[in-house]
Amino acid sequence: MRVSKRASAVALGAAVALVAAGCGSGDSGGDSPAKTDGAIVIDGSQPEVGLVPANTTETGGGAIIDYLWTGLVEYPNEQGANPKLAVAESIDTKDSKVYTIKIKKGTKFHDGTEVKAESFVKAWNWSAYSPNGAQNSSFFSDIQGFEDVQSVDPDDDGPKKAPEPKAKEMSGLKVVDDHTFEVTLGSPFSIFPTKLGYSAFYPMPDAFFTQGADAFGKKPIGNGPWKFVSWQDNVEIKLTRNDDYTAGDKGKIKDVTVKLYQDAGAAYNDLQAGNLDFQQQVPTSALAGAKYKTDLSDRYIDVPNAATALIAFPFYDKRFQNADLRRAVSLAVDRQSISDKIFSGSRKPADSWANPLTPGAKSGNCTSCSYNPEEAKALLAKAGGFQGEMVFYYNADASHKEWMEAVAQSVKNTLGIEARAEGVPTFAVFRQQINAKQMKGPYRAAWSQDYPDVENWIGPLYVTGGSSNDGSYSNPEVDRLYKEATSAPTVDAAHAKFAEAVTFVDKDTPSIPIYFYGQQSGFSDKIKKPELNVKGEIDLESVELK
Amino acid sequence: MGRYLLRRLLQLIPVFIGTTFFIFVLVWAVPGDPFAGKCGDRRCPDAYVDFMTDKYKLDQNIFVQYGSYMKNLLQGDFGETFGGRSINEIVVNAYPNTLKLALVALAVEALIGLTAGVLTGLKRNGFLDNLVLVSTLFLIALPTFVTGFVLQWLLGVKWGIAPVTVSSDVSFTELLVPGFVLGSTSMAYIARLARTSIAENRRGDYVRTAIAKGLPMRRVVGVHLLRNSMIPVITFLGTDLGALMGGSVVTEGIFNINGIGREVFRAIITKEGATVVSIVVILVLVYLLMNLLIDLLYAALDPRIRYE
Repeated sequence: MRVSKRASAVALGAAVALVAAGCGSGDSGGDSPAKTDGAIVIDGSQPEVGLVPANTTETGGGAIIDYLWTGLVEYPNEQGANPKLAVAESIDTKDSKVYTIKIKKGTKFHDGTEVKAESFVKAWNWSAYSPNGAQNSSFFSDIQGFEDVQSVDPDDDGPKKAPEPKAKEMSGLKVVDDHTFEVTLGSPFSIFPTKLGYSAFYPMPDAFFTQGADAFGKKPIGNGPWKFVSWQDNVEIKLTRNDDYTAGDKGKIKDVTVKLYQDAGAAYNDLQAGNLDFQQQVPTSALAGAKYKTDLSDRYIDVPNAATALIAFPFYDKRFQNADLRRAVSLAVDRQSISDKIFSGSRKPADSWANPLTPGAKSGNCTSCSYNPEEAKALLAKAGGFQGEMVFYYNADASHKEWMEAVAQSVKNTLGIEARAEGVPTFAVFRQQINAKQMKGPYRAAWSQDYPDVENWIGPLYVTGGSSNDGSYSNPEVDRLYKEATSAPTVDAAHAKFAEAVTFVDKDTPSIPIYFYGQQSGFSDKIKKPELNVKGEIDLESVELK
Repeated sequence: MGRYLLRRLLQLIPVFIGTTFFIFVLVWAVPGDPFAGKCGDRRCPDAYVDFMTDKYKLDQNIFVQYGSYMKNLLQGDFGETFGGRSINEIVVNAYPNTLKLALVALAVEALIGLTAGVLTGLKRNGFLDNLVLVSTLFLIALPTFVTGFVLQWLLGVKWGIAPVTVSSDVSFTELLVPGFVLGSTSMAYIARLARTSIAENRRGDYVRTAIAKGLPMRRVVGVHLLRNSMIPVITFLGTDLGALMGGSVVTEGIFNINGIGREVFRAIITKEGATVVSIVVILVLVYLLMNLLIDLLYAALDPRIRYE
């Protein structure tokens, strides 16, 4: 378990309700020595880029990074639970604007150097500095002085180069002493401590700055419960237990091989033949008729995921600016049939704006998420009908065709308008069109939370200028309530304000939630049933051999 | 012969330049910004897109990009992927695996295909002939991924007599099943090709003469008949090596082999021109050299063929 249930609960600070994890007690109970060694093989995919937290945004590399690093806070395995302190000893604030972060003394990187306040500050400054081109740089935009370390290419793709940013470091970060630093945000943000568990906020050892990101990414040095051993491209990544880990529970097994698969079917066959001990997601072919349940007998885990599939509306297209029309479309989608017939029940019909597994989220608060043909038709009539053909777009390089066509068909049959689904060849082209605001109809989107808080389901998606608000939805009421929530004195008060903001989102229906993702994992008979972390990755510390 | 060889080798140069440029342009023309989809359902930071575009010189025109790629290529540097991996390393690690797989497939198809072809060609309309005709038709009709999944499940999962996926060593024994899968369609073609060729030459004047002058049947078939019937089969086998290597992407996926197929596929999707060209260039060389080798083999098989 990453976060021990033995942890003593300590409320902290004026604003933040974080709980200290049982730090490095090291006693792993009454395990017999024979069981503390052993090796397992789990499935993974080739990381797209070097293993640098600031540059990794995909799950293949993201999972490895989560094993190698421990952040200031971490998220308990129970979905919906509040985050707990990990490397941080305390996170204090009086106004949700200035945070004083104390870190535990004596925690070490895998190369033996100590994790100090500077390890965080330097890492964050590196990631935010635009000439370093970090993919995750936008996560630091809350911090004061972020604009000064960013510079934008003046003529976009033209010949001119972006000028050097005004500053090299963010003014909001100050090292107080070796184990204390102060973070000043641009404006109050009550959810900031929760955000600190996201991988972009992991500390970096000095070796990172001397070696450079490219060299470091091939042989990463983290501070987490697992150490990097080797990486053979497209074949495997080997990890081993960090016996000097003091920031949380250590692993009960010694070696972990992450076998890199190109095809989930191959991994599934390996799992059945006993060559693989854990597969995070069984292939689609095994989901049909819940075949995996018979294949694996009781060696499977079937849980919901904190991710939602949506269809977003382009607000820059006049035809979709009428809220009644958007609600009519949402009410015309038969989500239950899509869940049953296309996903064999492995994905559940969505009925709320934020995924209900998220802290602060409420289930059932999407009033237009039920299938109601009469109301849908009435609303369409009220909106004055729909002219022309409604085309639903999706990227055709992943398996979205079936359910998107089912949505289009459902809308067509219910509302009696012309509707169809159309694939865009690749995700890259799809995103490019979305970024350029060129979508000519509702389009597929998905949201998987970066950090577990309802804020992450509102700020990026429904606030004006949000990082994933691609459809340009804007409602001043939502913006105002969001701002009030983020500057609220406590997390509970913030959640109450977020709930208010959601009622306005619900009235506007800027997108239509379709289904909640689910996860079906399989494991071998060599290990006991493992726990999953909030991201659905196997919690390696919980793995025990039989 | 020497001049012929030299001329053929010199011809490789324009073909080489033409194919590399053509592929480079094709990949460049694939629509989409390679960095637009890198951050999931979120717009990537402009700083990141600018940084990558600048690092890989994607803002320059296609001729400059091709020129600088070729300049590095001539110095033995293939460049690097958008993920920062050296393409030289990918080529060195992945190529031997694909080559091994293709060679196993080639051996399987030559061995089984030829035997079946010779046996049925000599004795047509028998039970064996019909069996081979039906089974080859079946194999030709089956897509590779069906053969692959069925054999992997039966041999690997159900009976446990063959490895499910190939380990990091990629040994020849592990590649037997994947090689069979990859070569199965060609094997069927070879059997049919050899059968027709043998059956046709079986009625040739020189065979009748050889039999008439009392040569033992073993010698008639082994020396006279086989050698003359081999030309179409050798042509097929030779060009097939390149086709097998280039077409291994599905088989590599099913058996999780670290080969060039997955790299090319990934690189095309992500618009990594340098990676695609680097890998395909070597495939082009394989094709060209195999063609040359076949042409030279013709002369060895049939003394009437001479090159000046």
